[in-house]
Amino acid sequence: MLAKRIIACLDVRDGQVVKGVKFEGLRAAGDPAELARRYDVEGIDEVVILDVTATLEARQARAHTIQAVARELFLPLCVGGGIRTEDDAAAAIDAGADKVSLNSAALANPALITRLAERYGSQAVVVAIDAKGDGERWTAYTRSGSASAARDVVEWAREAAARGAGEILLTSMDRDGTKSGFDCPLTAAVSDAVAIPVIASGGAGEFAHFAEVFQAGRADAALAASIFHFNTHGVTDLKQFLHEQGIPVRL
Amino acid sequence: MSIALVDYGAGNLTSVRKALAAVGAEVYTPAGPADLARARGVIVPGVGHFGSTRTLDQAWRHAILERLDHNRPLLGICVGLQWLFAGSTEAPDVPGFGVCQGLCDRLPDVEPATGARQKVPHVGWNTLALPRWSRLFAGIADGSHVYFTHSYAAPLARGTVATSSYGIEFTAAVEEGLVSGVQFHPEKSGQVGLQVLRNWLTGVT
Repeated sequence: MLAKRIIACLDVRDGQVVKGVKFEGLRAAGDPAELARRYDVEGIDEVVILDVTATLEARQARAHTIQAVARELFLPLCVGGGIRTEDDAAAAIDAGADKVSLNSAALANPALITRLAERYGSQAVVVAIDAKGDGERWTAYTRSGSASAARDVVEWAREAAARGAGEILLTSMDRDGTKSGFDCPLTAAVSDAVAIPVIASGGAGEFAHFAEVFQAGRADAALAASIFHFNTHGVTDLKQFLHEQGIPVRL
Repeated sequence: MSIALVDYGAGNLTSVRKALAAVGAEVYTPAGPADLARARGVIVPGVGHFGSTRTLDQAWRHAILERLDHNRPLLGICVGLQWLFAGSTEAPDVPGFGVCQGLCDRLPDVEPATGARQKVPHVGWNTLALPRWSRLFAGIADGSHVYFTHSYAAPLARGTVATSSYGIEFTAAVEEGLVSGVQFHPEKSGQVGLQVLRNWLTGVT
């Protein structure tokens, strides 16, 4: 049976994981490669590196980070943040990323989705959507959530899929950082609208939130950052919890 | 132990190359069919569309057959496994290698048993059923999870040594003499995937 995926997000700036990290025994706290290795041992299904460094000179540093994480990680690895052009995507993939996540660039230039899908296959192209809404309708935001793209989220997700996206990474800006649970109505609305997997993000605060977003939200995968960073056995315990709830996971 | 990783333009090979290096294989990318002559084993990878295997023309087929005649094993990965079959409805005009019988076909959009809609592509970790012993899965437990990403799948065949289910039961791996193939991505399937690669390499001498 196809398992629901648990994905760890590493928010990286200048080669370091920037959200609080409290793992014991790491040689360097905040080292993305160490953290990824730890998650691998705990049973994470996939890793996303979200590189928030946006400057041009950071591109080289990003390639080093990707290489360091990819070197020993034999799991799907997605890289997002600052992927604006085909060259940015190619650099990330050449460094060892299996997938790239496009956000503002896809909204500004939707043809980039198709171009990358033709070059690398749809499985390598994730479209990230930052959504804000009122519980029934949601609007896509761009530039790290600072500007409305004036696009309906469900309609934009459909278009992204039609243009060749392989997955949707859907972040609720209303829930992000609140630890009050994923936005299940948003996730379900997008998941029902497209035939590609939807990764829910934003709002994870406790294990029960994951069960909710897989059931009520019909998510195919769920992504979180700090809930794993702060728990020494977070991933293992979460998967055991989901298994006991009857949700298929890879144990 | 020189393994030829055939790059016919179907996707990025960085991850496959890295995983093979991790299990101790020495890998090269043949410049053309003639460059296969020194290969002790051949890997045909691939992501995306079956039509991309059109590049594997008669010259490549002959070179791969010549390797098999010299007891050099062949491993197909993902579209590379599908290519081992007669062909695929995804690109009906492109013939497969034809070692295994049957045509690859699109996974169903509806779960036949329940009538529920299911997403295609099939992306993520799914379980393997291992109906009999094989070199590829020696020491690997029935029910192990591996990572898939595909919309088309191969039917059950004589050489099927692992199956998985997504609406229908399909071939997750074949092993027929020197020819093997896996629909999942061993390079993305954690320790289980690396073990599959190690097991395949035990047949490369």
